[in-house]
Amino acid sequence: MSRFAAILTRELRLSLRHGADTLAALLFFLVAASLFPLAIGPSPEVLGRLAPGIVWVCALLAALLPLDRLFGADLDDGSLDHLLLCGLPPMAIAGAKAAAHWLVTGVPLLLAAAPIAMMLRMPDAGIPILLAGLLPGTLLLSLLGTTGAAVVLGARRGGVLLPILVLPLTTPVLIFGVAAADAASTGMSVRPHLLLLSALLVAALPLCPLAAGAALRSAAE
Amino acid sequence: MFRDLDFAVADGGALVLAGPNGSGKSTLLRLLAGLGRLAAGRVLWSGENALADLTAHAARVTYVGHLDAVKPGLTVEENLRFAALVGGGRVGVALDALGLRELAELPARMLSAGQKRRLALARLALSAAPLWLLDEPTLGLDVASVGRFGSLLAAHRARGGMVVTATHLPLPLPDAAELRLT
Repeated sequence: MSRFAAILTRELRLSLRHGADTLAALLFFLVAASLFPLAIGPSPEVLGRLAPGIVWVCALLAALLPLDRLFGADLDDGSLDHLLLCGLPPMAIAGAKAAAHWLVTGVPLLLAAAPIAMMLRMPDAGIPILLAGLLPGTLLLSLLGTTGAAVVLGARRGGVLLPILVLPLTTPVLIFGVAAADAASTGMSVRPHLLLLSALLVAALPLCPLAAGAALRSAAE
Repeated sequence: MFRDLDFAVADGGALVLAGPNGSGKSTLLRLLAGLGRLAAGRVLWSGENALADLTAHAARVTYVGHLDAVKPGLTVEENLRFAALVGGGRVGVALDALGLRELAELPARMLSAGQKRRLALARLALSAAPLWLLDEPTLGLDVASVGRFGSLLAAHRARGGMVVTATHLPLPLPDAAELRLT
């Protein structure tokens, strides 16, 4: 456990030192979401209707940004070998990386989501549910993203391959996340959507690190 | 890459891998560390298959590859902290072992190539693992640092530790066996 914590603190410290990289995902989220009122006009009804989808898609794309360096930097400078030889199973290493990605990218996106939803005139009733969906949603994005990043590690043009690999995997997350927020805006039950999101999270929690760990091993070979 | 290799290293022993570029020295070291996949053959540890449990094998080896694995954004001391936790040693000991004490607070991106190499080798001073796998350890080192590195190696072997290293340079490893790859 102390080694898991050590990898996590090391990742967080590195993110603090490279502050510009860390902020890039958040700024992308803000800028991309701000383009929609300009593109589809300022009408509150249209924007409010589209807001959950806009927030979710922009958060999804923003979460992808830091992924190609998640393991890429460690592969390039040789640190990946040391991580694999630190005495933790590769699954735990991938888990620590996913946790770091969530803390550094997922949490800021979660915090920025409410102001962005308000800017897009989303009905107030929907905002708590949007956030309740984004909480498991961002965790899922970190887990799926970490898996994708480990799989494309060492591949030529891995950065291009990564979104093509990860985005299709995130479609269930997107569907249920947006459906929950829509249901709240229209006064329907949000429970099934949030439960399905949680079920996805429970399934991904062991499976994604397992797959990512196996991919890390083969990347080192 | 290579075939018909057969060698053993005893407690306190050292093996130098020699051979031209591309002869598979680094690949062999990675195989011994459990970072590669054997096409055929076995790696034994005290008669047992060493690579059956890779996580357990990782505790037996310390690997210093030809890349320094130095994070430019962290200070010299912070770079060693993770190795200290894994190996159980004290960072201060490692800083002194390779003369890095004055550089401890410096971000690693400001180090020269030789200083980065010293930082990579300082991890060895933190290691309690019995087998050290070193890929060109002294590349770019000055004479004084090679001397310090030599005393690290000697202390490790005196404890019964083993060293397998690939090199083109003369190393401070008295009575090391040599394995020539072609």
